Amino acid sequence: MTIREQGTGYRVQGKRRFPFPIYCLLLALLALTLTGCHGSRGRGGFEAPEAFDTSRQFEISFWAKNDTNKAQTNIYKKAISDFEALYPNIKVTLKLYTDYGRIYNDVITNISTDTTPNVCITYPDHIATYLTGSNVVVPLDGLMDDGRYGLGGSELRFDGPAKSELIPQFLKECAISGSTYALPYMRSTEALYINKTYVEAMGYELPDAVTWDFIWEVSEAAARKDADGVYAVNGQKVMIPFIYKSTDNMMIQMLRQLDAGYSTDAGEILLLNDTTRQLLFEIAKHAKSGAFSTFKISSYPANFLNAGQCVFAVDSTAGATWMGSDAPLLDISADSVVRFETAVRPVPQFDPAHPQMISQGPSVCVFNKKDPQEVLAAWLFAQYLLTNDVQIAYSQTEGYVPVTGKAQGDAAYQAYLNSDAGDALHYPVKLQAARLLLENTGNTFTTPVFNGSASLRDAAGALIESVCKAERKGTTVDDAYIEKLYARTMAQYHLDQIGAPAAGADARADLGPLPAGSVALLAALACVWAALGLMALRRRRMK
Amino acid sequence: MKKLVAVALMLVLALSAFAVAEEAQVTSYEDFVAAEVGQLVTVETYVQANQSWWQDTITLYTQSPEGAYFLYSMPCSEEDAAKLVPGTKIRVTGRKAEWSGEVEISFDEDDREVGESVFEILEAEPFIAEPEDVTGLLGTEELAAMMNRKVAFRGMTVEPSTIEGDDTQYAFLYNWDGSGQEGANNDLYFNVSKDGTTYTFTVESYLTGEGSDVYEAVKALNVGDVVDLEGFLYWYNGANPHITAVTAAE
Repeated sequence: MTIREQGTGYRVQGKRRFPFPIYCLLLALLALTLTGCHGSRGRGGFEAPEAFDTSRQFEISFWAKNDTNKAQTNIYKKAISDFEALYPNIKVTLKLYTDYGRIYNDVITNISTDTTPNVCITYPDHIATYLTGSNVVVPLDGLMDDGRYGLGGSELRFDGPAKSELIPQFLKECAISGSTYALPYMRSTEALYINKTYVEAMGYELPDAVTWDFIWEVSEAAARKDADGVYAVNGQKVMIPFIYKSTDNMMIQMLRQLDAGYSTDAGEILLLNDTTRQLLFEIAKHAKSGAFSTFKISSYPANFLNAGQCVFAVDSTAGATWMGSDAPLLDISADSVVRFETAVRPVPQFDPAHPQMISQGPSVCVFNKKDPQEVLAAWLFAQYLLTNDVQIAYSQTEGYVPVTGKAQGDAAYQAYLNSDAGDALHYPVKLQAARLLLENTGNTFTTPVFNGSASLRDAAGALIESVCKAERKGTTVDDAYIEKLYARTMAQYHLDQIGAPAAGADARADLGPLPAGSVALLAALACVWAALGLMALRRRRMK
Repeated sequence: MKKLVAVALMLVLALSAFAVAEEAQVTSYEDFVAAEVGQLVTVETYVQANQSWWQDTITLYTQSPEGAYFLYSMPCSEEDAAKLVPGTKIRVTGRKAEWSGEVEISFDEDDREVGESVFEILEAEPFIAEPEDVTGLLGTEELAAMMNRKVAFRGMTVEPSTIEGDDTQYAFLYNWDGSGQEGANNDLYFNVSKDGTTYTFTVESYLTGEGSDVYEAVKALNVGDVVDLEGFLYWYNGANPHITAVTAAE
């Protein structure tokens, strides 16, 4: 290997395998401690002012995430500039992050010091944790419906979408315990990026809907090598036929497709079940043969795919610009790239007649502040992010789709989507990825959100990582191993301590009647205090 | 009674022998290089720098007089992390791993009991590696043999970096494509050349973030400056040095 020369790009190497599961869990536990004293640092609930005060200056902070993508940074900056031109009394300060974990970490830290941002790109799983503080995140239902400043409101200085123009499914994903705590900002799903050239060279015909059976069969075929370790399919000594970027998504989608347990809406943990066990046996088998690996074990799927060292790569549609021989963004040297035809399909399915795939992507929440006018200013900016200019521009940076029907139906967006220009902006793999989600929006799902759901998600992925690592080092993955793995996962991710009570205001509002024992104890304490009081009074009188 | 004492003594002797045998299994650097990826190894090495500690895992650049080891995400309490200052000798057990070309030691939950430590601090004179000048190895296959070591590059010329769609020539970028910004503690990327070939180096913000001497020194670079650089020879699809010091070339 020689040093990388100028011209190729990195993504976030060095931050590659950020130990997100562990710190995420611990932060969730930290948040649980906040729950214990909620109210002590909490503020009152937000009440919308009658009118926005344009005579005052407001400075609001916006914490955003970009995919180390300069175009996205520029779009945020332009959105802020355009918004400030419309609202000269609002100044927006942008703080950029390159991963959600860091945002989450900083928000949690800032909740305890009452210095949260005003507006923040985030995931509903994370909001569920933020909600363990008191009135930390503003519920948006009232604001959305406000005739003057709500979605499509009469007093807005921009042409934002009406509530009815938000894709209902995406908006619904932002509801926690019956209240809406975020606006969807962008949506993506996962896609299966395929080296079609290799699939056909091995004598297979690529179906429109790829099944798990198909992907395992072809992957096993591609894993065959000669006595010198050279793989037949690519003539190289490196080949990982199937690489999955996000193993938590992999497990979640497999379970969903099989209608097997993951969690209930209320947060009951169902992950460690027999279906999961069977899936882990299957996955381990293919890890053992070398047909399957993961991002955490091997690296970015795109790097292997583009080098002709992978046949099937599952990654987000928001990673489409890195996929394929002509990918606009490359993480390997140009001379390592192999020419092949890239096909894009939905993630593998158990029942292709009823495809199911995860919906993911950033949402935006508004944090509560002492000054309702400041919150209103933040809400106006959050809404501005849903305007067509922002939605269309940002969605074009990757395989994202806009979250409003207004933007999706816009002529400019349709022209982009249907373009055959083939340049970087209209990179065909990216357009296919976006179309994949648009055509399958009705087949997407999200997992229940509750305090600890982020931890459960991490546990789901960790199961797959564990069996793959075990097979790679010669440990047999059998029932005994799985039992031990389940016990360890339960303890490590505190799965027995999360769930049940839903996050948010509802959870705090209705804790049910006190148990009889508690009532008796409190009554006894009251009697003791009363007796002590009487004794004190009596002594005073005696003096 | 005597029999019981004798049995107990036998057990103690057997356990001692087992412990000695365990200690004897320390892998030399040569054997580490020869080991297969995935093999369990125990090495003795000296901490050179702490890249990051994240809720009970630490990532360390370590080096012994024989060679260097990158310890990725090693289980470690915050209290113990504070003890792992540069120069500290440790014995560590993990698995040889490779990720995008970076040969390192990683740690599996399966390899230990819950709560069992993967490393111990050893009593020894501190050892801080001197940076080895590898300027002459740039662009050669031999550079990989220096992976993870403290290295130096002498007389490098700062070359312009550009952002797509922007003709401005920058001396460095926040993030690889300029997508970061000041105040966000992004990695810094800058180009330097030697003998007509340009290379991209990195200031790893977890290792030396905003406010550190090297971070500020790189921000002060100008295109055309001739500098000496020191850092750790990290690898990501090729050499990707994490620079820790920048000075004007002597």
